[in-house]
Amino acid sequence: MDYETVIGLEVHAQLLTDSKAFCSCTTRFGAEPNSNTCPICLGMPGVLPVLNRKALEFTVRMAIACNCEINEVSRFARKNYYYPDLPKNYQISQYELPVAEHGWVDVETPEGVRRIGITRIHMEEDAGKLIHDEQKPVSYVDLNRTGVPLMEVVSEPEIRSPEEAAAYLRALHSILVYLRICDGNMQEGSFRCDANVSVRPRGETAFGVKAELKNMNSFRNVQKALQYEIDRQIEVLTDGGRIVQETRLFDPVSGTTSSMRSKEQAHDYRYFPDPDLLPLHVEPALIDRLKATMPELPSEKKERLIKQFGIPGYDAAVLTASRELAEYFEETVSLFPNPKLVSNWIMTELMRSLKGEETGIACCPVNPKQLAALLQLIDNGTISGKIAKTVFEEMYATGKDPAVIIEEKGLVQVSDKEELAAVIRRVLDENAGEVAKFLGGKTKLMGFFVGQAMKATKGKANPAVVNQILAEELRKKAEGK
Amino acid sequence: MSHDRPFRFSFESLSMKITSDQVDYVAHLGRLALEPEEKIKYQGQLDDILKYMDMLAEVPTDDVEPMAGPVQMYTPLREDEVNTSLPIEEALSNAPARTGTSFRVPKVIE
Repeated sequence: MDYETVIGLEVHAQLLTDSKAFCSCTTRFGAEPNSNTCPICLGMPGVLPVLNRKALEFTVRMAIACNCEINEVSRFARKNYYYPDLPKNYQISQYELPVAEHGWVDVETPEGVRRIGITRIHMEEDAGKLIHDEQKPVSYVDLNRTGVPLMEVVSEPEIRSPEEAAAYLRALHSILVYLRICDGNMQEGSFRCDANVSVRPRGETAFGVKAELKNMNSFRNVQKALQYEIDRQIEVLTDGGRIVQETRLFDPVSGTTSSMRSKEQAHDYRYFPDPDLLPLHVEPALIDRLKATMPELPSEKKERLIKQFGIPGYDAAVLTASRELAEYFEETVSLFPNPKLVSNWIMTELMRSLKGEETGIACCPVNPKQLAALLQLIDNGTISGKIAKTVFEEMYATGKDPAVIIEEKGLVQVSDKEELAAVIRRVLDENAGEVAKFLGGKTKLMGFFVGQAMKATKGKANPAVVNQILAEELRKKAEGK
Repeated sequence: MSHDRPFRFSFESLSMKITSDQVDYVAHLGRLALEPEEKIKYQGQLDDILKYMDMLAEVPTDDVEPMAGPVQMYTPLREDEVNTSLPIEEALSNAPARTGTSFRVPKVIE
């Protein structure tokens, strides 16, 4: 039977605020366990949470970017469960009335642009961190992360393949990072994703029984986990079995998912409005102000780069994968107005040095001014394109200006005709046999002579001048014959 | 609500709005260990509350806006500013067990 996949994704993004969602403790990562706690985030009785304005503004920005309807009044609710990483025994979240609903993002897939619906965007607080002892039957609780603001973005169950899921996640991730409201680090958990996945016979309109997948800390793992789970569910159904609604953990080592047995008893979170927090009011004036100060989003930037600079769509997609990379490109082009050449250099030499990490651009040792200067030196014939690559590597390693490196290493391109003519005459004399063959009609040997001349000048000869002189010298030989 | 035990007929279930099983379930959610006589006592009290809710439900409220609190106010906001946290020793002072500056609990893995 032909099955159709139904995927819905829940993304949790840690918001880049300085202080926690409901208290003034720092959100800084990596401090000594429990050093960033106070009576509010420790869940002491009698304290009152007060919402961080920036956490709200960040959530509204995301809602605007995702084309959501923003609720002028929303509510915080308590989600009740017992776990040692949750000192209050409830998480402050939103339930019936989230900050925003009914949005969408456009996602680029190999089959074209797909519009994925966003069910809701709401605010909540993070839980603490548990470290399990390897030997002893104990766990250690660190509440530094407790109360750090999170935003949850829930998609409609409209995603139809693991590839589409990964593309949707990439789109959300890049919007969050462009808005500078989340650092997007998946390994450290500042961008986390849970997936609801089910399959159903194609044509069927009712949903199949879903499994919830957790523990996928990279885009690739999300895709792998979903593919494994889809195959598993189809196999169970094909064998006449039944899918059980359950939470399954992805194991990145084996690439499989397995049931979390202890969760057999369904959770009963008993959500109710948090009596400590009054209704949340998002004033229309705030929405207007945030709308007016929205940065250019990834898809808009991509379209503009294509139009403004005439670069191919592929280049524009690579360059806009991070806001910093796109800014790097634009700054370089403003200094050296040859967009395609700049784009080529960024996509090849620069990305190779950054090891494919667009985010690494922030600490790139070569700044746009230096890259522009290097391209200028190729353009005016000071160095060849080949030597430029060597110079670039040196620039990346040392942070020095290209002119300084060229001077220090004596890499200036030789364009002097007299000097090159002398080198070429020597090359021809030393290779009399090849010259004879060339004159006998084996014109392919031209490449050989160019190679020898370049070798003799340690790659510094201007290839255009070498070609020109070689042609002249060989013609002389032919005529002299 | 889960019903772990098979349904048993009892006369109390005819008049009570909450069953003994449901009292057990709610007690479990609240991590409360109840003695048999406490269970009976709370079942009666919970029943009273639910009956009172039924009475309230009879009031026609179709044209009334839901109210979040007795005052018409919105939640105040604070600026995103960091303040000093508790000294670690104070934060840990209620901990029944600790290792280093972490709280220590029986192993939990879900």
